[in-house]
Amino acid sequence: MARAVVTLPATARRGEIIEIKTLAQHAMETGFRRTQIGELIPRDIIRTFRCAYNGVEVYRCDLHPAIAANPLIAFTTVATESGTLSFQWVGDNGYAVTEIAPIRVE
Amino acid sequence: MTTRREFLVLATALAVPAAAKAQLDPNLAANRKAAFQAAFKRIVGDSPVRPGRVKLTLPPLIDNGNSVPLSVSVASPMTEADHVKAIHVLTEKNPLPDVVSVHLGPRAGRASLSTRVRLADTQTVTAIAQMSDGSFWSDGAEVVVTLSACLEEGLI
Amino acid sequence: MSARLLLLAACFVFTRTLAGEIPLEQRRSGYDLMSRETQKMQDDDATNPGTLWLLDGEALWKRKAGAAGAACADCHGDARASMKGVAARYPAFDAARGRPVNLEQRINSCRTDRQKAPPLAWESKDLLALTAYVARQSRGLPINPAIDDRTKPFLEAGREAFHRRQGQLNLACAMCHDDNWGKHLAGSVIPQAHPTGYPIYRLEWQGLGSLERRLRGCLTGIRAQVPEFGSDEFVDLELYLMWRARGMKIETPGVRP
Repeated sequence: MARAVVTLPATARRGEIIEIKTLAQHAMETGFRRTQIGELIPRDIIRTFRCAYNGVEVYRCDLHPAIAANPLIAFTTVATESGTLSFQWVGDNGYAVTEIAPIRVE
Repeated sequence: MTTRREFLVLATALAVPAAAKAQLDPNLAANRKAAFQAAFKRIVGDSPVRPGRVKLTLPPLIDNGNSVPLSVSVASPMTEADHVKAIHVLTEKNPLPDVVSVHLGPRAGRASLSTRVRLADTQTVTAIAQMSDGSFWSDGAEVVVTLSACLEEGLI
Repeated sequence: MSARLLLLAACFVFTRTLAGEIPLEQRRSGYDLMSRETQKMQDDDATNPGTLWLLDGEALWKRKAGAAGAACADCHGDARASMKGVAARYPAFDAARGRPVNLEQRINSCRTDRQKAPPLAWESKDLLALTAYVARQSRGLPINPAIDDRTKPFLEAGREAFHRRQGQLNLACAMCHDDNWGKHLAGSVIPQAHPTGYPIYRLEWQGLGSLERRLRGCLTGIRAQVPEFGSDEFVDLELYLMWRARGMKIETPGVRP
């Protein structure tokens, strides 16, 4: 099942700043909502998002309940070399999703 | 829609959980402002925070506080010698002050983040940038929220 | 001569003050009444949360299911070709049932009759994903349900429901969506209520939902009796709404506040 979607260019010139857009499917339950009979629904959110470029972390976000459901995280990175970009989302209750995308840098 | 019975159950259920009590707190506004200030101090410590270099973009009037597009960018050469180390976004009226913290460096190319956030009330949102030279810069954006997140139910 | 002129004038005044359908050229999708930011969220597949459901739908399309061990793709091939234009003409007449069915019902018919699999539950993640995936193949195409001798009675039933006052608040759909669209109701802009983007990602739901879910929300709001998912009353109303939106483009997956 689609847990996350990553959009970025497949190729780039060396030194070019590329835009990356990511979407993760997650309810981001705040921990402030209640059921119809008043029970508190426990917090269940994505806590961290990491982007690594050929294994080196280049961008990291700490997320809190104020991030909307199905979070969009859009950012940039410098296309330094060809290789693999990996994207990792880690959250409550053992939530862990990884997406990888190749990049060719000329 | 809550029935009378559900309301009574809700009222008695609120006797215990602290987070729930916090929502009925008569000093809600003051406590949230204090939480915001504590979070702010936790990030910057005693350093001065200058307005500028940071650009926080939010729509001034919001359809629905459950999903508000937010963009923050910081003017910086993003070199080894001079770059943005972190960007923090805080609110003063949400149940929790922290929204998101970004940790980055020269490899980001540009110091920026676009995301979607939840806003619980008409308020000022603050973005703080932490530079490699230890300085702090900030920007604020005022937003009017007609339908609050976290506090209003969209169960239908 | 003067009596005829008077009658003509009276007719003109009468039709002007009568609650009427929105003239075709004045119809606007809910998209046009949204903020620029929400529009941008819908326009870009990379930022539209509905994309996540589309990917699920694509996977389900290819997955073998049921006692027949058949996938949608086994009969229908590439959805991009075979499903093009389908959602734009639903609800469509189903000869076996002798009445129109909506897209979700059609998908479930295939599940039970052809795949020999249990039907997907209403508003379940899988049914939403498949419906969104099929409807997405009609994106950009004009809405065009077939109205003929077979479907006309159901269209009229839907039209009657749209104009009927109901619920404790005694409101008819037309009173807000034909007569007062564009004005504000408790901070939200009243749309014309055209089903151009369904299933939609609604910001208030923080998730994807069907047209029936939205209709149920409205009916709950006016404190009216809420029909069951897939009931005849709903499908008749959906047929009317799609006919009312004829010619407007499908936007699935739409994003709405």
